[in-house]
Amino acid sequence: MEQGPGGAGAGLLLPLSDTEQQRYSELFSLCCSPAPEGGSAPAPAAGGSKVGDLFRASQLPADTLHQITELCGAKRVGYFGPAQFYVALKLIAAAQSGLPVRIESIKSELPLPRFMALKNDIEMRYGNAAEIHGVKFQIPHPTLEKNSFKRSDEGDKKQETKSPPMSPMCSPPASPSNYQRIPLSYGYGKSRSGLEQPHGVSYEARHSTHQQDAPATGNYGSKSALVHSSLSRSLSVEREPQDSSNYPDDPWRITEEQREYYINQFKSLQPDLNSFISGSVAKNFFTKSKLPIPELSHIWELSDVDCDGALTLPEFCAAFHLIVARKNGYPLPDTLPETLLPDYLQPASLKPKRDCALLDSYSESLPVSQQTRDFNRTELETVREDPTNSEPLILFDVATSVVEPTSVEEMPDKSALTQDANSDDNQALNVSATARTIPKDFKPCQHLSLKTVVQESNTLKARPRSRSYSSTSIEDAMKKGEEPPMPPPRPQKSHSRASSLDLNKIFQQNTQAVKSGWLPPPPALPPRPFVSQGPHHVTNTEPVAQAKSSYVEFRLKEQTEQVSEIELHPQMNRVPSQTEESSPTRKEILLTQPPSKPIRRKFRSENQMLENQELTPTSSVTASLPVVKPHLPAQKQSSKQKRAIQTAIRKNKEANAVLARLNSELQQQLKVRNTLNITITRLDAIGCFSPLAKDLVPLYR
Amino acid sequence: MAVCIAVIAKENYPLYIRSIPTENELKFHYTVHTSLDVVDEKISAMGKALVDQRELYLGLLYPTEDYKVYGYVTNSKVKFVMVVDSSNTALRDNEIRSMFRKLHNSYTDVMCNPFYNPGDCIHSRAFDNMVTSMMMQVC
Repeated sequence: MEQGPGGAGAGLLLPLSDTEQQRYSELFSLCCSPAPEGGSAPAPAAGGSKVGDLFRASQLPADTLHQITELCGAKRVGYFGPAQFYVALKLIAAAQSGLPVRIESIKSELPLPRFMALKNDIEMRYGNAAEIHGVKFQIPHPTLEKNSFKRSDEGDKKQETKSPPMSPMCSPPASPSNYQRIPLSYGYGKSRSGLEQPHGVSYEARHSTHQQDAPATGNYGSKSALVHSSLSRSLSVEREPQDSSNYPDDPWRITEEQREYYINQFKSLQPDLNSFISGSVAKNFFTKSKLPIPELSHIWELSDVDCDGALTLPEFCAAFHLIVARKNGYPLPDTLPETLLPDYLQPASLKPKRDCALLDSYSESLPVSQQTRDFNRTELETVREDPTNSEPLILFDVATSVVEPTSVEEMPDKSALTQDANSDDNQALNVSATARTIPKDFKPCQHLSLKTVVQESNTLKARPRSRSYSSTSIEDAMKKGEEPPMPPPRPQKSHSRASSLDLNKIFQQNTQAVKSGWLPPPPALPPRPFVSQGPHHVTNTEPVAQAKSSYVEFRLKEQTEQVSEIELHPQMNRVPSQTEESSPTRKEILLTQPPSKPIRRKFRSENQMLENQELTPTSSVTASLPVVKPHLPAQKQSSKQKRAIQTAIRKNKEANAVLARLNSELQQQLKVRNTLNITITRLDAIGCFSPLAKDLVPLYR
Repeated sequence: MAVCIAVIAKENYPLYIRSIPTENELKFHYTVHTSLDVVDEKISAMGKALVDQRELYLGLLYPTEDYKVYGYVTNSKVKFVMVVDSSNTALRDNEIRSMFRKLHNSYTDVMCNPFYNPGDCIHSRAFDNMVTSMMMQVC
């Protein structure tokens, strides 16, 4: 049977079978159904979007659909008249049968074009039942459809006549009046299901066309999913188990698969999920989609919510989704749909981990509402003032509008997080360059920062949430966001410096030995060349007296003084009770008088002591000392004295060893103290004393 | 508030020009064009001495019997010219300033769009909406 309008409009004679004609007319009426005139008016135009949906439901690749559209003449004419529509349907059938998209191929007898059914309404059950059969048959073998379709059609006929098909999408059955009622009703059910499917199917189509890997498997996967879903008779389409994708009618919702795909694409441009894609990079990337530049510009305007010239992950997902939608024929909205707002996308993308709830809700609350840019500005300005606060700010994507009510309980955490994040780069605060959404903590960084967030949350709950601008490292933010760290524990006053020498021990020994508190050896020794310990040993092998006498000799040389003092001090510390009595006096003398004198006095006192003792006969070192000489005759006196001397020698040796050790330690300490003295004097000059330095200063002066 | 709003590029060609009464648009175009001379004069007068302190808002460029023309220059020498109906006496200077600020903000947003090449005509829908909001207030 010839199709008049089809032939006249398209300029070709299109043979259509009865079933084909019926089907086509029903589909056409469906596409036109919103129009008040209905599909029966002469040369009405089918709604472009509905036609697009229907075509996509055919599960043909987009290129093929474009070809078909061109061939049928809709592009030429500018609308989808019945002629063009029928030709297009026939071409779809041809394409689905595997024939090339040519005018010639539609001349032959072809099975009816199939449109995937995705089923929502209960009424669709009938349609679904038919579609299921159709679908099932479709999957294995396209050539069988003709018969199967007819069979299913007949079955549907009976079913559909009973139930008045009601669909939110289509007008009541009364509209297409030119067509037979019975076939219309069933056809309605079928085609309505076919029509309603496109919205949901468009996801698959979009998804499949844009999945660069295995689009075919995607198709089949979606098909089987559809079968299962329709079988389950669930009202909500459960294509994916996630909550976010239960709205097949809403083309602006991003499914999980799509999101993963977008995230992967984001990673290919910018490995750090917390960072952003710069405008130029995004421009190059999106230009590949081959959309016209003005449309891309508009998409950017919609998706770049904070207008910072960069895309964060949710912004990128929104932009990508818009591009995908546009490529599938959806007109671009004037404002960003709610489901594409970054705050909406943010928690959804991070939902899998409960842990990230803090961060999710945080970033969720941050995104600005799209409406007022001025709001952004004011936020930015208020943020500018934030540097006056104690905490530095983090650049963040959007303003601080709390969108989700669920975020209430997470507010303190959010504020904590803000503050934590705040601690970061203050320098980046710049109105023109601001609002770089960086710290959307995605999985990589979540665990790291979460702990710190939790820790900080308690401390920072009270702080007001200012507009935060993030930086890449939350960890640093955490550190900076802490309460002002406790100052390092003050060292003990006694020996806070590099105390290789445990002065405590010395003090204790001193007190034990001396039974009187005394200051540590006065560090303000005039720098003297360090005397090797060799002569010490030599001299110390001799009794104390000779050591003391050697002190006199040392005094004659510069070196002696230092050594003697050093020796004296430890000797005072360690020397057995023999010198105990003299030590206090010695110490006092040492402390109060220049070094030379005490030696003499010591010596003299020692001499007095030594006279009590017997000196060793050997006095190679002290030979030159005139003072020593009077002792020599004493040495020769008796063996008892010798024994006493030997014991004294042993004791002196021990003391010598100890003294040597002490000597080295003291030398080190002396060096340290000298350097400290220098620094302290410098600090004093600068005028920035620390408490620590203040403690040290009195000791040095 | 405004009857005509124009964005002029640094090289003194229009990036965006729109007026409310769609008839007589040419008259507004001509007005804006002549106002550019006044703008340049003001810039040169202030610019030599205090380049940094030059205020962006230029104020009333010149009044005619029917309307007043206000000017605003950005630091990149992009000029905003606004023609306001003289009968609208309620308009104060502050309001004009705020309108220019909004214009500037919107223009910045347009600039942030990587698909916008500086020097192109502005086709941004958001910018259009903002301008419409400013102009519709008058009528």
